[in-house]
Amino acid sequence: MSGFSVTEPSQRQKWIAGLLVITYAMVTLMPLLWIIATGFKSPEDAISYPPKVLFEPSLEGYVNLFSSRTRITTGMQESLQPAETWYEQVARDSGTIIVGPSRYGQRFLNSVVIGFGSTFLAIVFGTMAAYAFSRFKVPIKDDLLFFILSTRMMPPIAVAIPIFLMFRQLGLNDTQLGMILLYTAVNLSLSVWLLKGFIDEIPFEYEEAALIDGYTRFQAFYKVVLPQAATGIASTAIFCLIFAWNEYAFAVLLTSGNAQTAPPFIPTIIGVGGQDWPAVAAGATIFLIPVMIFTILLRKHLLRGITFGAVRK
Amino acid sequence: MAEVSLRNISKSFGNQVALQNVDMTVPDGSFVVLLGPTGAGKTTTLRMVSGLDKPDSGQILINGQDVANQSPAQRNMAMVFQQYSLYPHLSVRHNLEFPLKSPMLRTPADEITRKVAEVAEVLQISHKLDNKATELSGGEMQRVSIGRALVRNPQIYLMDEPLSSLDAKLRSDLRIELKRIQASLGATMLYVTHDQIEAMTMATHVGVLDSGRVVQFAPPREIYENPVSIYAASRLGSPKINILPADLFPTAPQGASQIGLRPEHIRIGQGQETRVVRVEHLGDQTRLHLKLGNADLITLTDAHTTLAKGDTLSIAPLAPLYFDANGDRI
Repeated sequence: MSGFSVTEPSQRQKWIAGLLVITYAMVTLMPLLWIIATGFKSPEDAISYPPKVLFEPSLEGYVNLFSSRTRITTGMQESLQPAETWYEQVARDSGTIIVGPSRYGQRFLNSVVIGFGSTFLAIVFGTMAAYAFSRFKVPIKDDLLFFILSTRMMPPIAVAIPIFLMFRQLGLNDTQLGMILLYTAVNLSLSVWLLKGFIDEIPFEYEEAALIDGYTRFQAFYKVVLPQAATGIASTAIFCLIFAWNEYAFAVLLTSGNAQTAPPFIPTIIGVGGQDWPAVAAGATIFLIPVMIFTILLRKHLLRGITFGAVRK
Repeated sequence: MAEVSLRNISKSFGNQVALQNVDMTVPDGSFVVLLGPTGAGKTTTLRMVSGLDKPDSGQILINGQDVANQSPAQRNMAMVFQQYSLYPHLSVRHNLEFPLKSPMLRTPADEITRKVAEVAEVLQISHKLDNKATELSGGEMQRVSIGRALVRNPQIYLMDEPLSSLDAKLRSDLRIELKRIQASLGATMLYVTHDQIEAMTMATHVGVLDSGRVVQFAPPREIYENPVSIYAASRLGSPKINILPADLFPTAPQGASQIGLRPEHIRIGQGQETRVVRVEHLGDQTRLHLKLGNADLITLTDAHTTLAKGDTLSIAPLAPLYFDANGDRI
């Protein structure tokens, strides 16, 4: 290695930089670590003060999250068979018996269906609208784009009451379809604007070449524009999913027994005799996983950046 | 293969007039070169024929049939774009296959493989077939772009300065290759360039464009020897035709204000006295830069001339072309 390189930092500089990054990551990741750790604590450790950094890990939170239990009364004790599975044993150890599954699984499934469903629709409609705005002479285009953006200018919850009444009239209250439509509508402004930016960057020359090469306008869009917009579509999809996945206010207001998503459900997890913090933390931890996987799967599209084209400028 | 006629085509972009009443017929099997400086309307003409742009007025006929309502795909034309327009998300091979796989052509797989290999061979890009289109040099992109047209057998080939980014050797190779392909297929070709050597060597007809008008449409030799104006005369020939005030020579006819002299149309040894300003030895010939009164002119002489800067010699015009004050031929 030459000592005159301007790009290669010294060993010491690397160490300092690494230390700074790790420190920063520690600070920002603290709440996340706290949630994950709490999920593996026993209920007593979870609320102990000062908080325990080192603790004996327990799966009680996860067992409680997925099960509903009842306290073992003295009368029951004699008639009990020995626990057959490890999770029954965990419940027994805390003096309860599992009587069935909890509603978390179903709430989680609602979140998956509503989150991914609305993301899919927001991307499909958003891409088509963005393409049209980018390529065609749309009458009053600027006004329409501003109108679409303006739906984002107020907090969505400001229109909660009218939407609630509308949904009740239409029978969409507490249905997956209703929530999918609602989140699609909220996300559409974001997806149209983001995707229009990405599609504007793709030179029209490629489509012209495809038209000459024997393709129709729609085929050119499908074969030439979409693959090049993949980066933009991936990042837009992540933004849409994160919004729909984390949305709390509408979910509290518009869903209950049937289509309730995980966010309003998690804080309401009550254990036997009070708030069950390890179960709440376990619910939050599991809730993080799908978005994480989705982001990791789409990461290669995000990192690839915008394709620099084979068009001579 | 087809005959293409442009009838009275006009096109404006905003206030900018691109084409004015362009009337031209590209005969079946001909190689028509459009010649003119930037902004003369060459590319616009190609885009009109391709269907990518629609004329404001006028008709385009392919084999006598009006194609106003046909999409670019339906017109079945291949086009080489000046800016290449290779699909950046595809490999070179897939770029070349793209038109063959279109719903218009639906070529069988083995024929696609054969054609792509054949064209890649001609264009010397066989070793780059599996590269991404974005991982090529400018010259390679341009060859892929030519290849994407040549894999097809369309009604007409449209080429917009297809050789502009190639080095001199490759350019002269491909000039011959393109001409050979066009001649052997009997293909109709509409070709845009501002390289006069391409025009002279490849064209069966040259259309000279000036600010959106066709000023002359004729075989290249005809334009070279018998141009309608100074503008047309200046498009062909290297070194360029000498344009001098007509009164420098006593032979000028009535009304002539300028005289055009091709460098090879100057007889040395008699006539007007000139001074040698510069001598350029090119190997096979020598260019003499002369001063006649206040006018500069260039002529050619044999390779082993002993003339040097400062010498004087007398010259006389040979087959001069006379132009009036507007630059039109008399």
